[in-house]
Amino acid sequence: MTEPLLSLTGLTKAYPGVVANRDVSFDIAPGEIHALLGENGAGKSTLVKTIYGLVKPDSGTMTMNGAAFAPSDPAEARRAGVAMVFQHFSLFDALTVAENIVLGMDDPPSPRAIASEVARVSELYGLPLDPARIVGDLSAGERQRVEIVRCLLQDPKLLIMDEPTSVLTPQEVKILFTTLRKLSAEGTAILYISHKLGEIEALCEAATVLRLGEVVATCDPRRTGPREMAELMVGQVLQSPVRASRPEGPILLDLRKLSAPAPHRFGTPLRDVTLQVRAGEVLGIGGVAGNGQDELVAALSGEMPVDAEMIRLDGTPIGRAGVNARRDLGLLCGPEERLGHAAAPDMTLTENAALTATTRKGMARRGFMRWPQARAFAEEVIASFDVRTPGPGNTARSLSGGNLQKFVIGREILQEPRVLVVNQPTWGVDAAAAAAIRQALLSLADDGAAIVVISQDLDELMEVSDRFCALVEGRLSASRPARGLSVHDVGLMLGGAHDMEVAHVAE
Amino acid sequence: MIALEKRPQPSRTWAWASPLLAVALTMVLSGLMFAALGKNPVEVIRTIFFDPVFSEFAWYYRPQILIKGAPLVLIAVGLSFGFRAGVWNIGAEGQYIMGAICGAGVALALYPMEARWLIFPLMVIAGALGGWAWAMIPGLLRVRFGTNEILVSLMLVYVAEQLLAAMALGAMRNPDGMGFPGSRNLAQYTSSANLDLIEGSGLHWGVVAALIAVIFAYVVLSRHLFGFHVRLAGQAPRAARFAGVSPARMILMCMGLSGALAGAAGLFEVAGPAGQISIDFNVGYGFTAIIVAFLGRLNPLGILAAGALMALTYIGGGIAQSSLGLPSAAISLLQGMLLFTLLAVDVLTHYRLRFRKRSLA
Repeated sequence: MTEPLLSLTGLTKAYPGVVANRDVSFDIAPGEIHALLGENGAGKSTLVKTIYGLVKPDSGTMTMNGAAFAPSDPAEARRAGVAMVFQHFSLFDALTVAENIVLGMDDPPSPRAIASEVARVSELYGLPLDPARIVGDLSAGERQRVEIVRCLLQDPKLLIMDEPTSVLTPQEVKILFTTLRKLSAEGTAILYISHKLGEIEALCEAATVLRLGEVVATCDPRRTGPREMAELMVGQVLQSPVRASRPEGPILLDLRKLSAPAPHRFGTPLRDVTLQVRAGEVLGIGGVAGNGQDELVAALSGEMPVDAEMIRLDGTPIGRAGVNARRDLGLLCGPEERLGHAAAPDMTLTENAALTATTRKGMARRGFMRWPQARAFAEEVIASFDVRTPGPGNTARSLSGGNLQKFVIGREILQEPRVLVVNQPTWGVDAAAAAAIRQALLSLADDGAAIVVISQDLDELMEVSDRFCALVEGRLSASRPARGLSVHDVGLMLGGAHDMEVAHVAE
Repeated sequence: MIALEKRPQPSRTWAWASPLLAVALTMVLSGLMFAALGKNPVEVIRTIFFDPVFSEFAWYYRPQILIKGAPLVLIAVGLSFGFRAGVWNIGAEGQYIMGAICGAGVALALYPMEARWLIFPLMVIAGALGGWAWAMIPGLLRVRFGTNEILVSLMLVYVAEQLLAAMALGAMRNPDGMGFPGSRNLAQYTSSANLDLIEGSGLHWGVVAALIAVIFAYVVLSRHLFGFHVRLAGQAPRAARFAGVSPARMILMCMGLSGALAGAAGLFEVAGPAGQISIDFNVGYGFTAIIVAFLGRLNPLGILAAGALMALTYIGGGIAQSSLGLPSAAISLLQGMLLFTLLAVDVLTHYRLRFRKRSLA
């Protein structure tokens, strides 16, 4: 056995009401790609924040290269050789790549030096990046490269990556893995957090599984299959979503040449989006984030009004109707961003239930809120969707990402929509919760609702969709039956080829 | 070393305790300032904070607290809606002046008709409408052209001040006033006078309106859909839009509401305690109300308490000026310190203090 790079012993961290980590111990060897697995709320974030110096453990110790390691802040962790790429990028849209990198460094070199450094590192690790470009113009994959390069410039011994592939295309994932393997071969250890067990199987050499704050298993992902790992995480046997065969219903949602200008500088204009969704049908829309997904949802939810005739709900033109008028007619939406868009972070779950359900659930009478109704509905959502929270009086912010996602999706589903549009319904959600959400969407379709699922997760789309189309630069491809669609076909559709053009795959 | 650690949820205890701590800190800091001015700090603090309520002349000062506090509370309640929703009406002072001018205009136009049942309500409506219209200017400009309502509403204060001077010297000047600037005395005109409802209590219609506004605001914020949307718009603008809140409508509602209440406050002042339109009619209630709104946590009940406290510093400050020879700027500084310390201790609502030894690494 080689000497471990980082060794965790008996780490325990309790918050009021929950023990986030209980007696967590494991080692990471130099150059090892180590996966950290667990459901939402299993304590992965707390553990990673402990290593990165953002959280101080109540008890337990860490050693780094044999020396005691107890960082009091991230700067100290970085000095010790720990770098982290967060799930949410912390970049400024209006600044250039080089400026963003300088801003994130503790002792930045001169701007001139940084440009050549960036060029050197990005070439060395196969991460093409132009230091002079504005970050707002970059794709999600390129933004992630900015974050990674920023970390690599500090020459880390341990690189922590939190859900790195959730925003990447399959091609970008391939590039990332090549980079990570190269880093690993040079002796940099990587702590890799992901819900995508297939990726972990392909990439990682060791895995630690957390459940309710405790280490429940360690395994070698190359030998333990994804299904078995998922069951270790959840502690139970997983059910795959099932769907009944459904008769073809009438067209409920009908978009005709839906076009809209970009709502802000870094937005995407919608160009002649045309689609029909029938009752009982699930339409999957794939594509990399930033290709008009947010704009399409905004146009459908009513946050961005368009011409009346562009959107028809059950034959009625509603393009100019307001948000709540559309809800009243049965068109509900679940936007991608949970905190701040689908839910107000500092408001209680009761108030967040009223956020979208006031109209359909009769939570207001003559303008006055009926809070008991809202509370009862929040409790119903919590119970039906297994949202883990002490009660509806807790704020949205206090929920883990997956639990909040179950809450906001459940809130729409329990309003019995006729058409439901969801954007990234299982983004950052663990396997069990994701399965529950997909099953709920399918059951809703079985009951005769028309459903549009917008996602970057192609596996998810293939699992739930009846038909599939791709959204690329604000244009929607023609739809094709999802069954029998190969990865190659999907790749061509996502590459922006409507008919015959070959997808541009980054080298 | 002291470190700040973000709380998972804002502390309810500190949300209420921090204003009290801010008041205590202000007493200490201003005490230092008074000492530096060569006064006995304990005596000054006692004069400002306790004499108006407990001294032998308190029978005179207590009604004054109501008279000074009412406009502050009335304006601050209106402002609190906008401040919660992220609509920054800084020009309440101007709306207050316009309310006074419009309300007084009604009374002066109908003088000397004797019909209190008609004239006084008409004045209140005119006053509120005047303030509302003045607030609509920055509101509409913001909605239509995206101008900054902070700047526009603030600049309109100075326009209103010029208009007030023009009125006092021109159109509204008392014809029987021997050419002196200033309008007829509305407090001496029975149809328009806003006098004490109970003699010597200081309880005039403005106080009643302020109390009603507090109750109204409390009910709206906690029970009404509009109040819910106001809170939503301030906390999470995107979520508010998703909930069906129109940002433009929210801006106009909040500007209009705060303008109307400020205008009404101006009317109650001009028809009662001030008595007439004069060049120096406004004394900064519209600006002080901003402090009151934040000191009261933008909460109607808190604003009531904060308004009373601020009125106290006005009256106590006045006493300190006359009896101890304190400069009036020192009182303004004291009021500023109050807001300053509040903002500083506010950190405790969202963060907790951790004392820890600096590790030697």
